[in-house]
Amino acid sequence: MPKTLMIMPAWNEEEAIGNTIIEARKALPEIDLLVVNDGSTDQTASVAEQAGARVLNLPFNLGVGGAMRAGYTYAARFGYDQAIQLDADGQHDPRNVPKVLAGLEHANISIGSRFAGSGDYTVRGPRKWAMLVLSGIVSHLAKTQLTDITSGFRAADRIAIAQYVKHYPSEYLGDTIDSLVVAIRSGLTVTQTPVEMRPRQGGTPSHNPALAALYLVRSMFALLVALTRRPVRRDEERDQA
Amino acid sequence: MNSTVFFVVVALVIVAFLFNLVRSRRLREKYVALWMLTAIAIIALALFPHLLGKLAQLVGIQVPSNLLFALAIFLLLGLSIQLSLEISRCEDKTRVLAENVAILNLQIRELQSGNPQSISPLPQDQAASEERSEHHEIDGTQTQES
Repeated sequence: MPKTLMIMPAWNEEEAIGNTIIEARKALPEIDLLVVNDGSTDQTASVAEQAGARVLNLPFNLGVGGAMRAGYTYAARFGYDQAIQLDADGQHDPRNVPKVLAGLEHANISIGSRFAGSGDYTVRGPRKWAMLVLSGIVSHLAKTQLTDITSGFRAADRIAIAQYVKHYPSEYLGDTIDSLVVAIRSGLTVTQTPVEMRPRQGGTPSHNPALAALYLVRSMFALLVALTRRPVRRDEERDQA
Repeated sequence: MNSTVFFVVVALVIVAFLFNLVRSRRLREKYVALWMLTAIAIIALALFPHLLGKLAQLVGIQVPSNLLFALAIFLLLGLSIQLSLEISRCEDKTRVLAENVAILNLQIRELQSGNPQSISPLPQDQAASEERSEHHEIDGTQTQES
């Protein structure tokens, strides 16, 4: 069994995180769980510790990208072979974790995809078009069919962990599109596994068309930036050069 | 003539103020260069007002004061870009520091509680070193200047 770390970024999630942690630990007692408390102003940290998680307390809010890079930095520093990120709000079913991790056998990054046939997660309108265009472009780049590139349910092997430590922007969508696109352009392989998503515990996704249009513009900009970034060079390549 | 004296005095006051800020280490030298250049330009124009007219003629601007406005706008634009760059760099650095503080805090607490998860070897993550080496060139030149 490779040494595996579950990373759970959390920002003001005191209501949902306790159950999520207990469920994850029950489903996967052999996998280490690290909650990255992203400068929460509520009781997230103590709730998570009471539920039995190891908690990494960031001194202030860095955003999802910042929290995730902290988690991957931890994974790299303590020599984990694999890392998988899970949402603290219980959207991701921990029972799917082994399924997503299995994807790492033939790729560096494995994405738990909401649209790949399992479950009934749907979005409509401009947001859907944006996601279709985005996944089309990134699929082309990755040379494999990816249907849900903004999924936060992603697993990484050692090479991908090292890659993320070097490039995981804290900007908007940097935690999904940017980190993924730059990883692909740096030569990492990606695969996807269908998973079903559960409804969030609290909070509803917005269907405001103006917000969706803004999402489209911002995601396209993030993609454009990511497509023109310099790929990260890995050590083996550097040695050859 | 009165206006000449006035602008020279203004420029000198600005220079003295900036110099004092640098001297008392409240302002880093690398941010002061552009302002110093501005002050020098103001002094030069105050002492030799016809310079502006000649310069405007040279670049083909009818009203000399327009050249002055254009230059002032470019200067302010350049300065605000420089400041944005510096803030971005500072944010990147605080991000690395925040990550490390969080990890070290966790490690200390685990060590104190007597059941360390595993005593780690020296940090293996290349992130910090990578970032350091990338920024080192820039920082190196900057420290040479100051």
